[in-house]
Amino acid sequence: MKKTQNVLIKGTKDGLTLHLDDQCSYEKLKMELNEKLTENQRVNEDHPLISVSVKIGNRFLTDVQQEEIKTIIRQKKNLVVGSIDSNVIAKSDAEQMMRENEIVSVARIIRSGQVLEVPGDLLLIGDVNPGGKVVAGGNIFIMGALKGIAHAGANGNSNAVISASLMMPTQLRINDAISRSPDITGDEEKREMECAYIDHTDQIIIDRLQALMHLRPNLTRLEGGF
Amino acid sequence: MGEAIVVTSGKGGVGKTTTSANIGTALALQGKKVCLVDTDIGLRNLDVVMGLENRIIYDLVDVVEGRCKIHQALVKDKRFEDLLYLLPAAQTSDKSAVNPEQMKVLMESLKQEYDYIIIDCPAGIEQGYKNAVAGADRAIVVTTPEVSAVRDADRIIGLLEKEENVAPPKLVINRIRSHMMKSGDMLDVDEITTHLSIELIGIVADDDEVIRASNHGEPIALNPNSRASIAYRNIARRILGESVPLQPLDEVDTGVFSKLKKFFGVK
Repeated sequence: MKKTQNVLIKGTKDGLTLHLDDQCSYEKLKMELNEKLTENQRVNEDHPLISVSVKIGNRFLTDVQQEEIKTIIRQKKNLVVGSIDSNVIAKSDAEQMMRENEIVSVARIIRSGQVLEVPGDLLLIGDVNPGGKVVAGGNIFIMGALKGIAHAGANGNSNAVISASLMMPTQLRINDAISRSPDITGDEEKREMECAYIDHTDQIIIDRLQALMHLRPNLTRLEGGF
Repeated sequence: MGEAIVVTSGKGGVGKTTTSANIGTALALQGKKVCLVDTDIGLRNLDVVMGLENRIIYDLVDVVEGRCKIHQALVKDKRFEDLLYLLPAAQTSDKSAVNPEQMKVLMESLKQEYDYIIIDCPAGIEQGYKNAVAGADRAIVVTTPEVSAVRDADRIIGLLEKEENVAPPKLVINRIRSHMMKSGDMLDVDEITTHLSIELIGIVADDDEVIRASNHGEPIALNPNSRASIAYRNIARRILGESVPLQPLDEVDTGVFSKLKKFFGVK
């Protein structure tokens, strides 16, 4: 009794693609994958490693299951798993993704000793006073005076930017980079409408706000044109 | 039913006690029944500034622990006809002798009898601060035109804004030296108010008379001729809901020479 195959192997110029059926049971899939890979195995020590991308359609695999699949594939010589692609993700991951892409607006003054943390972008309508701190997973936009500490891209996003209507921070942090205000504050020139970003030398640069549209075009999220 | 107003600052030495004493006195001068409460347990000095040290029999800790009735601990100010009282802090215990719950109960019972209860808060943001704020309905934050004091005021305002029972705090800027503000060596009033962004309820100029009066146990607010006294009386009127314009900071110069200078536009 032979029915349609649950595991399809296709060769592309980038390596192998494994299409795993999303209707059969997981146990069955594992068994069949194992068999398929064993029968196809050509022991050829000279061949370079082949990268395999796994497509699992509408099946959801837990971290443990993903690891199991990876182990099965890895056991076969010169195969490495490049990626596992699924059409579905867990609700919690989706929510996390949403939160990280969301702009959270807050209307308050962040005073000395207070810390405001958001997972995504932060739009602060108010000031950050000295001793106060704002932390965001994404970008930070402050419609007020930034006099405290701002930390953008806190989860490892070097592309994050910080902008403020009045840029007089004690410290700026983007991802791992830190810059502090100069010790000798010269004549207090108005630092209005400025932004901070990391350049290619991993330094935090402060520039006019308008520079951002060229440096970080992906800040524009408007679909289509006008 | 009265109102409890806590006077606080975060930083020490900016004039919380002096401000408490004078606002209390000024409110009593307006005919309100006022009770001053010193919550700086272990380091009391509101009694000294008010000149009532020698009349203390019982204190706040005695009341809270039930060793006496409230009215036994209250020290009456003889200068006022039954309008101004002081509940002194204990000098022999420390801040942990009282907890915020007990303070709330105490404030509730005082509010039954007095129009205003002025709570003098200790410096810092620990137990003593928490006790002082527990029973308060309103808050006055005192700062001086110094960066460190403003920084601490900012911190304390942040904490006060978290208190649900306390109305948005009001600001008093104390010890203003107009010549230093003018020369830019001191933060000016506008700078401080924009930075802290809370409502300003009074400014008090630095005045040697204040120190002299405090040392004699006579709050400056009793002296009608001093600038500081007028400033405190104005604060009291603003607390009562009157709208009183801020005093100009420049020294009132009435000499003929300065008038002439003014006339010719020489500064």
